[in-house]
Amino acid sequence: MHTQTLALDRLDQPGARQWPRYVLTGLAIFIIGLFLLLPLAAVLIEAFSEGWDLYVQAINDRYTWEAIKLTLLVAAVVVPLNTVFGIAAAWMIARFQFTGRGALTTLIDLPFSISPVIAGLIFVLVFGAHGWFGSWFAEQGFPIIFAVPGIILATLFVTVPFVARELIPLMQEQGSEEEEAAIALGAGSWTMFRKITLPKIKWGLLYGIILCNARAMGEFGAVSVVSGHIRGQTNTLPLHVEILYNEYNFTAAFAVASLLAGLAILTLVLKSLVEWQQARSLERATQ
Amino acid sequence: MKRSFSILPGFRLASGITLFYLSLLVLIPLCALVWKTTELSLDELVATLTNSRVLASFRVSILTALAAALINLFLGFVIAWVLVRYPMPFKRLFDAVIDLPFALPTAVAGIVLAALYAPDGWIGSFFTELGIRIAYTPLGIVVALMFIGLPFVVRTVEPVLQDLDSQLEEAAQSLGASPWTIFRRVLFPPLIPALLTGFALAFARGLGEYGSVIFIAGNMPMVSEIVPLLIITKLEQYDYAGATAIGLMMLVVAFIMLLVINMLQAWTRKRTGKL
Repeated sequence: MHTQTLALDRLDQPGARQWPRYVLTGLAIFIIGLFLLLPLAAVLIEAFSEGWDLYVQAINDRYTWEAIKLTLLVAAVVVPLNTVFGIAAAWMIARFQFTGRGALTTLIDLPFSISPVIAGLIFVLVFGAHGWFGSWFAEQGFPIIFAVPGIILATLFVTVPFVARELIPLMQEQGSEEEEAAIALGAGSWTMFRKITLPKIKWGLLYGIILCNARAMGEFGAVSVVSGHIRGQTNTLPLHVEILYNEYNFTAAFAVASLLAGLAILTLVLKSLVEWQQARSLERATQ
Repeated sequence: MKRSFSILPGFRLASGITLFYLSLLVLIPLCALVWKTTELSLDELVATLTNSRVLASFRVSILTALAAALINLFLGFVIAWVLVRYPMPFKRLFDAVIDLPFALPTAVAGIVLAALYAPDGWIGSFFTELGIRIAYTPLGIVVALMFIGLPFVVRTVEPVLQDLDSQLEEAAQSLGASPWTIFRRVLFPPLIPALLTGFALAFARGLGEYGSVIFIAGNMPMVSEIVPLLIITKLEQYDYAGATAIGLMMLVVAFIMLLVINMLQAWTRKRTGKL
């Protein structure tokens, strides 16, 4: 990169002041270490502070297993739905001109700027006992609030933008010439999507899915409002961490938290790999 | 919906899915919030929102989010600067770990920050000796919001810093400008829109943040109680009207922040010439 060689050139000059570089680099490493690496390490250290046996015992608890199962179920429903939505929304916004395009983009962004607690609140207002449709669903024997459907709805809301936000700028930048050529040459819609669109967007799509999954499994505020915290029934992993922590069962809380920290580390690793692949395929395309 | 002609297929399917999904999941529930608020009389609404505990929670939320965003503006800028311009060992690792607050569930961040900054925690005990309490005070909220908001500033400033035109810098250098003058007059001005965008993003996120804050805040009404927590407290007391009124207020603030951020992003694109 040009800026970097320039910075290096300047350092080679005799008499160039080097101290800003060392001070700033030191400061940056200090901030990253203190604010990011230390908390991550502390989760693991606290989790194992009472030894391996207690760690295993905390994980191997019936309620922890129920929480893991529920968290996986929520992600298994939420991520595919938001992926389909993200592809549809990106196709609509990046490939067509229509009135209200800007407003639609803003609407997709909205869940990002709304507090997760509000996300939970609105579903309580629609489906809660005093809500619009709450009593009807309850009468059908299918309660939504303080039940699994509410958790899924609230998680869907907070993760709506992830895939779409990743794909819209990517597809806008790529342009539609190749897809238009495929259609002009007589390809069907599905063939065009499978052979042209999907290969072009696959890394961006994967990136969005990884981030969507991390948020879906880790969401706390929105889920906390609609869940009712019923152990073994409506308790996701993050909520289970809260319950254990509030019971002063710190080792168990950190043991369960370490599972989620592991998920975060895995997310960062996968994300870096995808970024790397994306940069490589971009390089190949421009060569 | 009016649209210009295109040969591409799938507009009806894609717009059908998109509009149906967004209406069901985002638009109708948000309308419920507005609708439920209109069921309150104006007096009730005013009474709820001017209640001293509610006002105090808004003050706590706004001030702590503002303080954290300001600190992050500086810290995030330093990190972005170092990552883009200086060689450094383990750069890829440091760069990847910046996104940790996005990837780590907020409840995990909350309990670990509370443990670290508690009076007997690793960092907290150090500050206790200085006579400063961080956890269970508004300072603790600022710490949690700093953790949550840091990547926003780094990630908005980084790409703009990378694309800076090095010719201007070289010209200033060959004309004999000092490094400080180059920074102040050449490098810094084009970064201002991106810095403000990062600041606004961090601030907006801080206003609504819940999970990472509640464990470290102490949650004392009037002192360290944030608005999202007050909404949950009202819900638990079956005060749906109160929760709705405060929720609508927060929704309005979120809308304004979204508008401001969109404008700042448009300004950034104009200044950097990127679409």
